[in-house]
Amino acid sequence: MGANRCAVIGVGQTNHTSVRADVSIAGLVREAVDRALESAGMTLADIDAIVIGKAPDMLEGVMMPEMWLTDSLAASGKPVFRVHTAGSVGGSTAIVAAQHVMSGIHKRVLTVAFEKQSDGNAMWALSVPTPFGVPVHAGAGGYFSPIIRSYMRRSGAPAHIGAMVAVKDRTNACKNPYAHLHEPDWTLEKALETPMLWDPVRFIETCPSSDGAAALVMVSEDVADTMNVPKAWVHSTAMRSEPTMFAGRNQVSPRAGELCAEDLYRKAGITNPLEEIDVCEVYVPFSWFEPMWLENLGFAPKDHGWRFVEDGVTEMTGKLPFNPSGGVLSTNPIGASGMIRFGEAAMQVMGLAGEHQIDGAKKAMGHAYGGGSQFFAMWIVGSEKN
Amino acid sequence: MRDVGIVAFAESQLTYGTTNTPVEMIVPTVNEVLKNAGIERTEVDFWCHGSCDYMTGQPFSFVAAVDALGAWPPIIESHVEMDGAWALYEAWMKIQTGEANVALVFGNGKSSAGDMNRALTLQQDPYTVAPLWPGLTAMEGIGACAALQAGTVTERQMAEAASRARRDGAKNGNVLVSGSESADELLSRAVTSAPFRDHDLPAMADGVSAIIIAAGDAAKRIAKRPAWIRAIDHRIDHQNLGWRDLARSTSAAIAASEVGVHNDKVDIAELHTTFSHHEQLLINALQLRPDATRITPSGGALVGNALMAAGLSRFGHSARAIFDGTADRAVAHAQQGACLQQNIVAVLEGN
Repeated sequence: MGANRCAVIGVGQTNHTSVRADVSIAGLVREAVDRALESAGMTLADIDAIVIGKAPDMLEGVMMPEMWLTDSLAASGKPVFRVHTAGSVGGSTAIVAAQHVMSGIHKRVLTVAFEKQSDGNAMWALSVPTPFGVPVHAGAGGYFSPIIRSYMRRSGAPAHIGAMVAVKDRTNACKNPYAHLHEPDWTLEKALETPMLWDPVRFIETCPSSDGAAALVMVSEDVADTMNVPKAWVHSTAMRSEPTMFAGRNQVSPRAGELCAEDLYRKAGITNPLEEIDVCEVYVPFSWFEPMWLENLGFAPKDHGWRFVEDGVTEMTGKLPFNPSGGVLSTNPIGASGMIRFGEAAMQVMGLAGEHQIDGAKKAMGHAYGGGSQFFAMWIVGSEKN
Repeated sequence: MRDVGIVAFAESQLTYGTTNTPVEMIVPTVNEVLKNAGIERTEVDFWCHGSCDYMTGQPFSFVAAVDALGAWPPIIESHVEMDGAWALYEAWMKIQTGEANVALVFGNGKSSAGDMNRALTLQQDPYTVAPLWPGLTAMEGIGACAALQAGTVTERQMAEAASRARRDGAKNGNVLVSGSESADELLSRAVTSAPFRDHDLPAMADGVSAIIIAAGDAAKRIAKRPAWIRAIDHRIDHQNLGWRDLARSTSAAIAASEVGVHNDKVDIAELHTTFSHHEQLLINALQLRPDATRITPSGGALVGNALMAAGLSRFGHSARAIFDGTADRAVAHAQQGACLQQNIVAVLEGN
């Protein structure tokens, strides 16, 4: 690969919660940006270009809000770029920002993704009836629950696996000061008593609706080498897309996800992902997507993802921790969620994850998906240069 | 930097009030640009799309567009909530990383799906400006007044820009309005929204624009005479109109300087002029010499403005002038936002 090296040297995120009434959209964005710049030892004046991502503009009601955010990011006179790839957008925005550096075009790039869901009504914005289209009035849960059902039937997974994932992620979130939900007292028994929302998805097995933002500072190798701060080197990035629906499409384990992971590992020189990757931040908005992605990403054999969950492989103490931050199940500002995954992966190899740090993490995966499980964005970051 | 060239361009018939869905609009133009390039879709290794949810009134409106691409087996694809010209920028950047060699980019917009003058107000500060619903025409009117008062643009230059756009539009054919009026005739018409007359406003359109770019040898294989992207840069200005000198386009000037527009003669410049006063503001910012440079020979967005596609079309028409030998060095420009807030400029060369 002819690309130039790129390192993450700054990671920032907001304190996420249901309603951040204390800040405007711009204030929310600046909270994440200022924290990322502070950890990089930089200011906005040092930044060459800014890449902004968020999910549908209708969630807040501002059309192409990056144009308005120009002033709060001191971006006048600079390049500002806007990415929107559905739920994967936080991840693909980080990738586009990395490409600003890997292409050799820029040396110091800031990227930020956000969603202030309390400014609008996400359920409404996700379910606008469209002329000539298939109406999806049930929101994301109604869309994904039949796919989960299909996974359970194919794999023979017992019904409590989803609740196990949920309890793990909510427990992990208590170690993450930025997480939206801090609920320390969950047990599997209590989880299985929560109401059924979209069978088989129970209340605890679904993500919250959050206000939040995440930001990363990425720099070229020559800049990174002069800076005495923790670094996460971008070893590889990959994206894949496929259509939402067609006859014979495997919606449980989409081909786009499999190909994306294969490409990602190949470019990172990884031949055995389960052995070589130390920790993963994977986009799991509904608990059952953890066993499904374990298989889709090539960590577990087909139909065995749920056994990994049952055996504790994805616990913080397990062989392959999934979402030590608490994941999307504990924090979900839609447009930012992918970038939080990418940033948390970077924090792990930078040794900055605090109480949810996986000791000795050297290689980490960040993952995001969107649409009807059809858009995928992933990266591998490492503590050493690739 | 790798040599990357535009190798094919296609633009849909511009209409207003199409009953087609975005997917139905996109399919023929994507097929046409592939045909123009003489390649199969499997030879495209990166796809990038520019569009805007607020135009269709539907969140995730671009998701269905993947259906228009034959995305099976799965493709490497991305989307920008920007004019298609920025999709071209992302694809150019992707090729620079070495991860792609051939990219197809497209932009689509259905301006007739809503009241764009009103909808575009929602780009403004949601707390202090948007709730006043100023409308795009009023904001552009403020910009035009500032330019007229400062003397950076004259009323005659506005009429000349409109007159030329309408005459060039008649030759182009694929526009919504055309005419043969002189600038004097246009100036004799009524002012409808001061300082604008009707011909100073863009003819809003529904349309799709698609371009294929390719690196080095792939470009030479696909096109007889690729339009090599020698440099490309984009910049943004303050949004707050009160903080900007609206008599100038600062961000366009920076982008033009970065790509070295005035380092050599410019045969043609396709400028994304949506209101007639933009043309002179852009000529000033890009330091073009109208006596030496043919300005927007396609007629431009004044006579057919398919939002989110019209900027990419400027790149396409510039490239066409290189393809057919009309130009050896061309400038392509696109913009978005009120009063030229964000600008992208590229220098294309045939040799």
